[in-house]
Amino acid sequence: MKKLLIALLFSFVSTSAFADGHSPCGVTDGSIKILANEFTTYRIFMDEVKSCAGDGADFSVTHSVDHNKLQVAALSANPAEFSAKLVTNGSITTLMNDNLIRPLDDLVAKYGSALQDNQKIVIDGKIYAIAFMANAQHLWYRESILNDLGIAVPSTYEEVIAAAEKIKASGKMANPYAGAFKSGWNLGQEFVNMYLGHGGDFFKAGTAEVSVNNDKGVAALNMLKRLTEVSNPDFLTQDTNAVKEEWESGNVALMHVWNSGAASLLDDEGDQMIKADTRLANSPTVGGGSKPATTLWWDGFGIATNTSDANAEASFRALLGAATSTEMANANPNATIWLIDGYTPGDTAGPVVDAANRGATPYPSLPYMALLHGALSTELVEFLQGNESAEKALADVEAAYVAKATEQGFL
Amino acid sequence: MPHKTFFWFFFPSGLAMLLFIGLPIISSFFQSLHIEPEQILMEVEKCDPFGCKTETKVDIEATTKLQEEQPLGRFNGLGTYGDRNHLAFEEIKEAWGNSSSMSEFIDILLNLPFYKALLFTLTFCFAVTPPVVVLGFIVALSINTLTKSLKGPTIFGVILPMIVTPLIGSLVLFWMIDAKGILGATIQYLFDDPNLSLKSSSQLTWITLIIYGIWHNTPFAFVVFYAALQTVPQDPIEAAIIDGASRYERVRHIVIPHLYPVATFIILICLMDNFRVLEPIIGFAAEGVAQSLSWMIYNDLRSENKMLFGSAGATSMLTIIGVAFLLTPVLIRTWREFRTER
Repeated sequence: MKKLLIALLFSFVSTSAFADGHSPCGVTDGSIKILANEFTTYRIFMDEVKSCAGDGADFSVTHSVDHNKLQVAALSANPAEFSAKLVTNGSITTLMNDNLIRPLDDLVAKYGSALQDNQKIVIDGKIYAIAFMANAQHLWYRESILNDLGIAVPSTYEEVIAAAEKIKASGKMANPYAGAFKSGWNLGQEFVNMYLGHGGDFFKAGTAEVSVNNDKGVAALNMLKRLTEVSNPDFLTQDTNAVKEEWESGNVALMHVWNSGAASLLDDEGDQMIKADTRLANSPTVGGGSKPATTLWWDGFGIATNTSDANAEASFRALLGAATSTEMANANPNATIWLIDGYTPGDTAGPVVDAANRGATPYPSLPYMALLHGALSTELVEFLQGNESAEKALADVEAAYVAKATEQGFL
Repeated sequence: MPHKTFFWFFFPSGLAMLLFIGLPIISSFFQSLHIEPEQILMEVEKCDPFGCKTETKVDIEATTKLQEEQPLGRFNGLGTYGDRNHLAFEEIKEAWGNSSSMSEFIDILLNLPFYKALLFTLTFCFAVTPPVVVLGFIVALSINTLTKSLKGPTIFGVILPMIVTPLIGSLVLFWMIDAKGILGATIQYLFDDPNLSLKSSSQLTWITLIIYGIWHNTPFAFVVFYAALQTVPQDPIEAAIIDGASRYERVRHIVIPHLYPVATFIILICLMDNFRVLEPIIGFAAEGVAQSLSWMIYNDLRSENKMLFGSAGATSMLTIIGVAFLLTPVLIRTWREFRTER
């Protein structure tokens, strides 16, 4: 796993793009409707998709932070509301469960000569998605503030808390730490990171039976609680985009957000003083573990099952054009880590490569993981507000998961 | 009205109600008796940028076949109604047996999702409705005394909260009560507490939602009261003035009795509307601390996985039963009044 990522990041051997096969760009007909998450890197990617599609096709993109909540309903309809969906190793399983995205082998054979092998998401021998970027959450810090107070860059969460308390005590900032703790998907994700950092397993091996109510779960929750105590009191309403705004307003000195955040945090808009002071650091470990408390993600695209073959082909061509665009990747080297052939990683790629090297796990692609993530999203709030014990919160998570998994037929 | 005329008068709306309200309710009820067919899992090899490994996946062919055989899903009877995410009979029985005191039992009960949502929904209903009726009445009375030229613009201003879409209204307020928003910062200044945040605690979030609810619903009560005020007979009022009754006495003894049936109507509609509260919870990002029955339905249909139609159907049925319970006292009262008037 590590080797592949490293090989990919540092391979400068480029096969000439579009040497043979059909060129994907310049779609002349068909309808291309894409559902995607909302963040700057995706905007950059979509601009490229649009220019690849050209004027011949009917083109539209819907960016929404609620994309995961919309995808099943939108793609279940026949014909589907969208012809394509940007997916990740998290959201693809839900679409796979219901057979909502189609195998792409024919289209890849026809147009995909410029694809690298590790861009192909192969499940049971068939290609179901094409990945174009890798992402992970890691630590960000304000160099001048840490330097002023003589704080070393934290490498464990225990040090993060000590640093945040020191900054708080110095009076420079009231709430120096920020993480995306918004109740819902974000909060669930923070627990997933922290639990994996403690070396936990979500399910009993090979089954859909949940097991998070254990020492590791309690330790993970307690660590989250301590982090929220040095965060803005509104933490339960702040998602990743809100955290980035806090950062750009200069209210925060330490945060744990996505590597792709560089696209907006390090661009030419906003306070340039803060930008010049922003540094990326490796994701911390926790509780004496060796794995960083974060998850690895790939982002890619899938094509709807319930759309006509013509629209599927048009959408595939436009998206593939962007997913193999070396120019786009090298023009925005810090927007994310592109998986595209011929891409030279920028100077912000370090923390993700480091996470992979130190054995961070990819987000679990299990059919029932979304159900557990959903249960975590709502049942941890009372604990973080101090109204419930960690054990009780985790027991609630398990009970809520069991009820839903039973109804869905997994248990 | 002769029965025949009444029938033809009522027929179009009756038909529409049957088609668009009656049938969907019946269909939701049937759906709530079923759960998804069993998911057949298989082990396959998955390869992605991080490498290849063997992982579990849903066997699409086998599961699709099962789905085609049972399009509604597996029959589960009233099982969904009794599970932990709804009425939670087993959990309650267990809590009753294991808890040593009443308060411990109530704690456990209110920790179950359905009862937690029910508590918020009822609190919202009963905290919002009375102030809405009183405020709506006072606003209507005041505006009724304004000179004609001022009435139009004032009425427009007053019904503005109702014109603004609930989701937009709550989002606007959400940003205003932010620690750096105009309301949030003012409150911090007034209470001299820089850490005071309306979004951080359950109680303050509940209060914010309730104030929003009053703000949003008052115009409705105002409009109805204002219309009704135009029908107050002038003769008794003039007679009262001659008898030397003060303004308060005229309102107390003539206007209020006249508006009484209207108030009942407003209470009925407000209780019904507020029992279905949803948009402010989304707008204020309050899902974490305030969940309503409607939010539970929304969450079942908009979660990050397959839509849980059975669960959503069951919550819908329970909501309908809840509305019926809530309205019974008001309806009985209206019926009695109707009978005595005849």
